[in-house]
Amino acid sequence: MKKYIALVCALAVALSVLLTGCGYEYKDLELRAEYDKSLEGTTLTVYNWGEYISRGEDDTVDVNKEFEKYTGIKVDYLTFDSNEIMYSQLAGGGINYDIIIPSDYMIERLIKEDMLQTIDTSKISNYDLIADEYKKLFFDPEDQYSVPYNVGLVGIIYNEKLTGSDIEHSWKVLWDEKYKDMALNFNNPRDAFMTAQMILGQDVNTLNKADWDAAADLLKEGKANLQSYVMDEIYGKMETGEASVAPYYAGDYLTMYDTNEDLRFFYPEEGTNIFVDSICIPKNAKNYEAALMYINFLLEPDIATANAEYIGYASPNTAVINNEDYCYYQNEILYPDEADLPKVQYYHDIDEEIRTYYETLWSEVKLY
Amino acid sequence: MKLLSRLYIALIILFLYAPVAVMIVFSFNSSSSVWVMGGFSTRWYEGLVKNTVMLSALEHTLIIALLSAVISTVLGTAAAVGITAIRNRIAKKAVMSVTQIPMMNADIVTGISLMLLFIFFGKLIGLDESLGFATVLIAHITFNLPYVILSVIPRLRQTDAHLSEAAMDLGCTPVKAFFKVILPSISTGIVTGFIMAFTLSLDDFVISYFTCGHYQTLPIVIYTMTKKSVTPDTYALSTLIFITVFVLLILYNILQSKSEKKRTEIRRV
Amino acid sequence: MNKKAFGNKLVASPYIVWSAIFIVVPLIIMVYFSLTDQNGAFTLANISEIGKYKKAFGISILYAAAATLITLVLAYPMAYFMTKLNISSQRMLFMIVMIPMWMNFLIRTYSWITILANTGLINTFLSKLGIGPLRLINTPGAVILGMVYDFIPYMILPLYSVMSKLDKSLLEAAEDLGSDAFTKFRRVLFPLSKPGMISGITMVFVPSVSTFYISQKLGGNKTMLIGDTIEYFFNLGPTYYNIASAISLVLMVMILVCLFIMNRCGGSDEDGGVLM
Repeated sequence: MKKYIALVCALAVALSVLLTGCGYEYKDLELRAEYDKSLEGTTLTVYNWGEYISRGEDDTVDVNKEFEKYTGIKVDYLTFDSNEIMYSQLAGGGINYDIIIPSDYMIERLIKEDMLQTIDTSKISNYDLIADEYKKLFFDPEDQYSVPYNVGLVGIIYNEKLTGSDIEHSWKVLWDEKYKDMALNFNNPRDAFMTAQMILGQDVNTLNKADWDAAADLLKEGKANLQSYVMDEIYGKMETGEASVAPYYAGDYLTMYDTNEDLRFFYPEEGTNIFVDSICIPKNAKNYEAALMYINFLLEPDIATANAEYIGYASPNTAVINNEDYCYYQNEILYPDEADLPKVQYYHDIDEEIRTYYETLWSEVKLY
Repeated sequence: MKLLSRLYIALIILFLYAPVAVMIVFSFNSSSSVWVMGGFSTRWYEGLVKNTVMLSALEHTLIIALLSAVISTVLGTAAAVGITAIRNRIAKKAVMSVTQIPMMNADIVTGISLMLLFIFFGKLIGLDESLGFATVLIAHITFNLPYVILSVIPRLRQTDAHLSEAAMDLGCTPVKAFFKVILPSISTGIVTGFIMAFTLSLDDFVISYFTCGHYQTLPIVIYTMTKKSVTPDTYALSTLIFITVFVLLILYNILQSKSEKKRTEIRRV
Repeated sequence: MNKKAFGNKLVASPYIVWSAIFIVVPLIIMVYFSLTDQNGAFTLANISEIGKYKKAFGISILYAAAATLITLVLAYPMAYFMTKLNISSQRMLFMIVMIPMWMNFLIRTYSWITILANTGLINTFLSKLGIGPLRLINTPGAVILGMVYDFIPYMILPLYSVMSKLDKSLLEAAEDLGSDAFTKFRRVLFPLSKPGMISGITMVFVPSVSTFYISQKLGGNKTMLIGDTIEYFFNLGPTYYNIASAISLVLMVMILVCLFIMNRCGGSDEDGGVLM
């Protein structure tokens, strides 16, 4: 059947258009480590964020395909769009994953709940490429369970043509009636609450229920001003000018900018969230050795650069950061000087009672 | 009045097909947007050949649809025959009521209850992976069955029971009598049931969403895509499916009217 | 009805076992989850928590009822006019109405965004005329439109199949007896098409009231219908299975009660209404 469809598609071939922009072009990969086919025939199940790996569109590297070529291991690649969904799939026990790429606070929770296995970094020859500042972070102080994949900050994207350039550099723009029906906010509780918590000057990891109530009230108040709550749907909306102002991850701004050059970006003065997404191996993974091989492959300079260019997030990999050919080399949005940044806060795993409290509060905000 | 009714029909058709038209037009978009038309291009159709995620999802969908339709047709036809033979009214009523549950219930409830069952039993027998091909197949068979049963039963009722009795009097075994006498007369019901089962399975999203694990079917992959920016390749695949269905239905229609003609001819003889 | 049926009831046994395991047991497990807490101890807390989501129930029922009513009003004349055409056009139209059902409903719903968006087809057209932009997308209206659109074939087809089987001479007789169009409709067509209406209403209302996709895409994630609420909690992990099961249970009971009442009013058919 596949072949038949391929034939139908091939018949439809007429002309092709190449896109220009940031995309790592390559002829042959140069690999630092050795890969062999000793594990040929195994299937590795990878569970990652959507749009979070170079997939071979427009002549870029297809990371999974290259990995399959070098190792003979088949990659079963699945995506999620929030840490919570990833968690529910993992904890539900319906599916086994060999590789997952959650964010910091979720890793902290998974470690607490004993859902991860330790990663033997001595078997990952490219591990030395990870920049020291991303080692021994709070969620995994001994670097036993995670290998950093991407780092990022949250900021606000706006369309200069629609909003004008005199925009207040604050989270308050999402509440500003000037942008009524043109503003977006996150469609996940943690990030959405953060936008309100920053305005209220709260600690994003507060254990005080009253703080969460206050943030929820602020979100309810701002709801009428919003066009919609979005996750990756933001791409279409910002690129076409359907919406004019929205908070999102800095890396995604750069990808959107490729399509719409009217877009601008700032880090709000109240402060913002910083995050690290790291590669982990769940406890019930079936292919530990293959998973290590995959992690090593993701750290390869050529692969990491291809990914960094495709995804647009900042890389913790020194081979990428110091590569002058990398299209975001020293990009000031991705790699800002600390002096230019407002105060940043990591999310931490919050104890279950408070977590349940704000996750339920979020449904009240949505129903308001 | 006639003109008005034609106009009304045309408007409803326009309503039904406007989004389909949008989909077809944007599948030829040269830019990667499904909102703003850039220019004409067939690059998304070319891209499909390489899109292994979408193609394998399509393969999964077709496998599940075919298997679940076949199994539920066999199981459902047997069930229909058995149910009509149940004499006890209360027992019959009970079986029929249970049969209607998946049809009447909201998909999300069916999906969740099945997922809970699979996870519950998966844990009970110590499976470390309970969702996948088998569970999505079971789920599809389960929601297909009532449609098969309810399209076969009316046909069975119309069948003259004396026919099969006569066949058995003439020395047929009950099984043979079934295949020789009953089956031909309920075949339209079976075919209708099969087609309905296949269609429902092909289009099902909600129940698969909760039961498929990583055996992702096309609707699941499309759902993941509509969560980010949909690119025209999804539209291109849907357009191809649309055209296939269109052609198949026209063929089916022609065949049907041919066989109808034959039947009226036979009747005349 | 007392015709002797062919066959042995034993051939139904594989199915009966199947339906016991995959229809009855899952519902029992759902009830079990609804009435227990995370540790498996009996509790009514989940059920009493549901009060928090009464708004989700309220708007879901409201939207679904509106969508069902609009669908009925749109579909009824369509089905009626279809029966007036010659047989081959009828068959053709039947197919045309059915084809969209073969296409993925997610994609069909998603296409509406392109039509309704601020920068979408309608608003682009209006702006050329100097009007707008109108706020069409991310409104309750858009959600209801999505429901009407996705499920209207389920209303047209059963109505059509009932009406096409109507004895035309009944309508003619009514005409001969001097009935005007309205009386004809009220006294003849309406009562006779009732079974079709009932299955149409069922087939539109049930998926509308429980949908979790249409509201997300066309409503901009700004409201949570019951389906969205259930999905939200399920996607937060096993800690929430209990509350999600409880909401699902209430939804199911609600739907079954509605169906029961409707079947009572409409005079039920043992086979569960009209199938195409």
